[in-house]
Amino acid sequence: MGISIELEVNGASVSKEVEPRLLLAHLLREELGLTGTKIGCDTSQCGSCTILLDGQAVKSCTVLAVQADGGEITTIEGLANGEYHPVQQAFWDNHGLQCGFCTPGMIISCVDLLGTNPQPSEDEIRHGLEGNLCRCTGYHNIVRAVQDAAETMNG
Amino acid sequence: MYPSKFDYHRPSSVQEAVQILSSNPDAKILAGGHSLIPVMKLRLAAPAALVDIGRIDALQGISRSNGSLRIGACVTYHEIANSADVQAAAPALAEAAGQIGDRQVRYRGTIGGNLSHADPASDLPAAALALGATLHVTGPGGSRSVSASDFFVDLMMTALQPDEILTGVEVPVAQSGTGSAYVKWEHPASGYALCGAAAVVTRGASGSCTGASLCFNGVSSTAVAATAVAASLVGSDLSDATIESAVGDLSIPDATGDMFASAGYRQELAKVMGARALSTARDRA
Ligand SMILES: Cc1cc2nc3c(=O)[nH]c(=O)nc-3n(C[C@H](O)[C@H](O)[C@H](O)COP(=O)(O)OP(=O)(O)OC[C@H]3O[C@@H](n4cnc5c(N)ncnc54)[C@H](O)[C@@H]3O)c2cc1C
Ligand code: FES
Ligand code: FES
Repeated sequence: MGISIELEVNGASVSKEVEPRLLLAHLLREELGLTGTKIGCDTSQCGSCTILLDGQAVKSCTVLAVQADGGEITTIEGLANGEYHPVQQAFWDNHGLQCGFCTPGMIISCVDLLGTNPQPSEDEIRHGLEGNLCRCTGYHNIVRAVQDAAETMNG
Repeated sequence: MYPSKFDYHRPSSVQEAVQILSSNPDAKILAGGHSLIPVMKLRLAAPAALVDIGRIDALQGISRSNGSLRIGACVTYHEIANSADVQAAAPALAEAAGQIGDRQVRYRGTIGGNLSHADPASDLPAAALALGATLHVTGPGGSRSVSASDFFVDLMMTALQPDEILTGVEVPVAQSGTGSAYVKWEHPASGYALCGAAAVVTRGASGSCTGASLCFNGVSSTAVAATAVAASLVGSDLSDATIESAVGDLSIPDATGDMFASAGYRQELAKVMGARALSTARDRA
């Protein structure tokens, strides 16, 4: 049974007929070709699939595409606007990534965090990113990147 | 992994949802999906149909009237933790919601789903129990109210029938002299509670304790009330020493042990968490 859904993805309208069991992460990656969003686990823990749904960071592997019907989605591909988003630039400048697998989800979570708390303390940054796991960096440079992005965005 | 096939329903009223549930015995309610979708992805659950209650207006919103706070079943942890009304009227609930999972989980998970799922390590059951919450339920036969103390039956088992929906949670607004708190000792990897403690205390004009409750999740198969400890505090001065000695007598006979923590360890942890929750609640009373 296909269900018709409509979404706005990175500013563009999308209409699709989907199976109810289709996960939002699979819709984005496989049907819309937006492979920036990663799938890193089967247990809803790693956060590499994080996207913004109606402005809130959510794990797209744990949302059905039909649940997102009518929603507005931003993926990593939708952040740059001619130039890198300040959070993307700060990850670049501060070596906030190594293999890069966690990075799209991590950056989306940082955008969400800075949206609700523009000047987070180091502790608030670490807690704010609890839902995103990184196997490479040890997090220190990610924290520095968020602090740097906060400065740029507030400046 | 993706889930097995299922039919999807998105009713717009509680009545319609109940009707679909009654005529589809293999259907399951979908709220925030943050317990159900993970188990469906692992194929540990394969319901024939999902009834998505996420867009039913009657299940949204937080309102305050007649000395109580009513929280719709589909209100998220993010909304609860950040609600000035909940922070003021029931700090333990706001605190418990704010410590669930991570920020992504808190945007999606709902109070109704958390209480109905009744995972032993879920954070909201102990807070609901300690605060004396009333749960409103609607089924094919109409609506009924269940006290939190009757709601949690056993491991992931509640007083809900398969065709009943938890529609909302009513929590008494803290009167002056009453304070509450929730503290959690979490598993460092999963973030779930090895032990969570919720306490509510009331102090009379003289400062002595006129009412207390202390409840735990994570320690046994379902949220439990430490009634003897709470009763022993009534009439006391609620000093640190008094609290310390009261929780020293805590015994949770059916404490569970697993690969992460033995029953004995959880039992000891409960004493420490219990004392912290009680003293924080006292300072707020
Ligand atoms: C990474 C991660 C970390 C987590 N960490 C924690 C944590 O630290 N603490 C914690 O407490 N939880 C944690 N959870 C679980 C989370 O809180 C879930 O959101 C919650 O257990 C279920 O709520 P839901 O709204 O997502 O419900 P769903 O997953 O949609 O449903 C759960 C169950 O309840 C039933 N149900 C849902 N709503 C109703 C209703 N209104 N009436 C009747 N039945 C209903 C469903 O049929 C289903 O059986 C975590 C989850 C994840 C993915
Ligand atoms: S893929 Fe790991 S949380 Fe979504
Ligand atoms: S950079 Fe490799 S997982 Fe984070």
